[in-house]
Amino acid sequence: MPWLKSVGEWLDQRLQLGSGIREAAFHRVPRSSANWFYVFGSAAFTVFILQVVTGILLALLYVPSAAEAWNSLQALNHAVTLGWFVRAMHGWGSNFMVALVLIHMVQVFLFGAHKYPREFTWVLGVFLLLMTLGMAFTGQVLRFDQDAYWGLGIGASIMSRVPLIGGWIVNLMLGGPIIGGNTLSRFFALHVFVIPGMLMGLVGLHLLMVFKLGINEWPMPGRLVRRETYLKEYHELTKRDGVPFVPDAIWKDLIFAGCVLLAVALCAIILGPFGPSGQPDPTIIQTVPRPDFFFLWLYALLSLLPPELETPFLLIAPVIGIGVLLLLPFLSGEGEKSWRRRPIAVLTVLLAAVTLGTFTKLASYTPWSPKMNAWSGLPVPVQYLRNRSPLQRTGALVFQEKQCRNCHMLGGTGGERGPALDAVAVRLTQDQLIRQVLQGRGNMPAYGKNLSPAETTALVAFLSTLHPVGQQPARDASRAQAAALGASGDGSQP
Amino acid sequence: MSEPNELSRRGALMKLGILINGGIAALLAVPIVGYLLSPLKGRAGQGYDAWVPLGSLGQFPEGQTRLAKFHNPSVSPTDGQTAEIPCWVRHVEGQTFQVFAVNCAHLGCPVRWFAQSGLFMCPCHGGVYYADGSRASGPPPRGLFTYPYRIDGDQLVIHAGELPTLAADAGIASGGRKPCLG
Repeated sequence: MPWLKSVGEWLDQRLQLGSGIREAAFHRVPRSSANWFYVFGSAAFTVFILQVVTGILLALLYVPSAAEAWNSLQALNHAVTLGWFVRAMHGWGSNFMVALVLIHMVQVFLFGAHKYPREFTWVLGVFLLLMTLGMAFTGQVLRFDQDAYWGLGIGASIMSRVPLIGGWIVNLMLGGPIIGGNTLSRFFALHVFVIPGMLMGLVGLHLLMVFKLGINEWPMPGRLVRRETYLKEYHELTKRDGVPFVPDAIWKDLIFAGCVLLAVALCAIILGPFGPSGQPDPTIIQTVPRPDFFFLWLYALLSLLPPELETPFLLIAPVIGIGVLLLLPFLSGEGEKSWRRRPIAVLTVLLAAVTLGTFTKLASYTPWSPKMNAWSGLPVPVQYLRNRSPLQRTGALVFQEKQCRNCHMLGGTGGERGPALDAVAVRLTQDQLIRQVLQGRGNMPAYGKNLSPAETTALVAFLSTLHPVGQQPARDASRAQAAALGASGDGSQP
Repeated sequence: MSEPNELSRRGALMKLGILINGGIAALLAVPIVGYLLSPLKGRAGQGYDAWVPLGSLGQFPEGQTRLAKFHNPSVSPTDGQTAEIPCWVRHVEGQTFQVFAVNCAHLGCPVRWFAQSGLFMCPCHGGVYYADGSRASGPPPRGLFTYPYRIDGDQLVIHAGELPTLAADAGIASGGRKPCLG
């Protein structure tokens, strides 16, 4: 098609972009880097483009007003043709993007790609990770439902713990003294203008650096990075054993990115859009706010930290964590690249993965939260009521009515805040049960003010029956002695 | 041409241009920063907080704890449902009340009242409070936040307007007044 070529030449004469594009496309990369491990960055970039496109599509109909946002999301889900699909793509795209950025980061770290001369590519990547998480959080706020409302409250409560200026930070974050119309408007501005603008700029710079500095070669154990020789070695490698980026390397990026987009679309079609959950009405307090998937680990952490450690941890740990990530390439900018010879790097990644995974798993069933409806929704298992005296059965009723069940399991159902009570009589004597119930201890509130003596007697009578068949309940050996003494006529013993 | 380090006419004009632009940018920055910091204005003590009515005393029987709502005194036109704020009213006896914020003192989730066991429980991180708002268990660093109240005729009126957080409680910068007393 000679006419196409002449149109191209005519354009290039005026745009002057051709040489740059050719240079980027056909620059030589190490043959070893044209590898399936090197596809995550480009896939994250592809999903970012998807987020921009679907985000613009959503902005056509979304109303960033605290009074209207929830209704406009309902309209998108139910009234607008394929509105649900665009919302679902944007929501799932967000999850995929966070995941891909994390995987990309782990791969880069394990392959030593953060070392000389690519330190700043890594530093930019750290900022890109933070911005991606920032997009995930602000996006969760734009889905202006109950979770968003109380999530903002949690964010504000965290910020309020900053010494001295906490109150000002809260007001700046919320756009006023309390969550309201101004809050959503500023999160809209952050999610749609500020963070994406910075993301685009930094992504461009990040990519430019990858092209200019060259993609990291496959790390060979024993081939050390030295500032004096690395550039020369890399240059020789791409000359000796290099392939043009297009098409030798890019075809893997293209296929993987296509598969990722397909996966996002499949998730969107099969699993649908995220929420919105209940209306953002703070007076509806029958709600259990939950963060989105990638913040679940934080949810768990905030529940499990001891109270006195919480504020220091919330304020200091992020600074240290981000500081370590930013300084990493400068502290270990040379030396061994291969993960085979970097056991501490591998262990660090594994530790981080296991930690985040464990916290995320815990947050999926929140054992630290009382189960708000257990007392009214979950009956006492029948086997615990059979052949019991009226007093013991009354105790079971007290057990339910006083919401003990919200924190204690019986027969495998109920809250997990406190220990399961199926065998409590084996652990505690009657006296210890009474003490525990009336005075509380550890995490258990004291019930002394809310139980009459009759209720306490019945409750303890019921709890004393909770022991496995064939296992004797705990008993206080001194009681028998006291009883014997009493029988022998010592009237001073109570 | 002049020596590189000698002040040339064009060089001086460029520096003048940069200076002018810098000066104008600094001037513009004043209103821009002022605009950005406008949410702090209420903190200087000019009325985002106010006395708001919760309803007649008859709605709050003695010895009970009930959920009440009030219209937030600081509103923007787009607040929608978020302008209605809930709180827990405990009528202790006679003229003595306690008005608790629903926001857990830990991280602000809405606590629920369980009359049978006389406890407030938080659904998020497991904070529990006694009927008088004091901390019973879990991660909260203190008891529930309370609003100052007064009785106006047969109306219960509270002083509110700020999201109850640990910082709001410290009374920072709201002119020494504490919209949300401990």
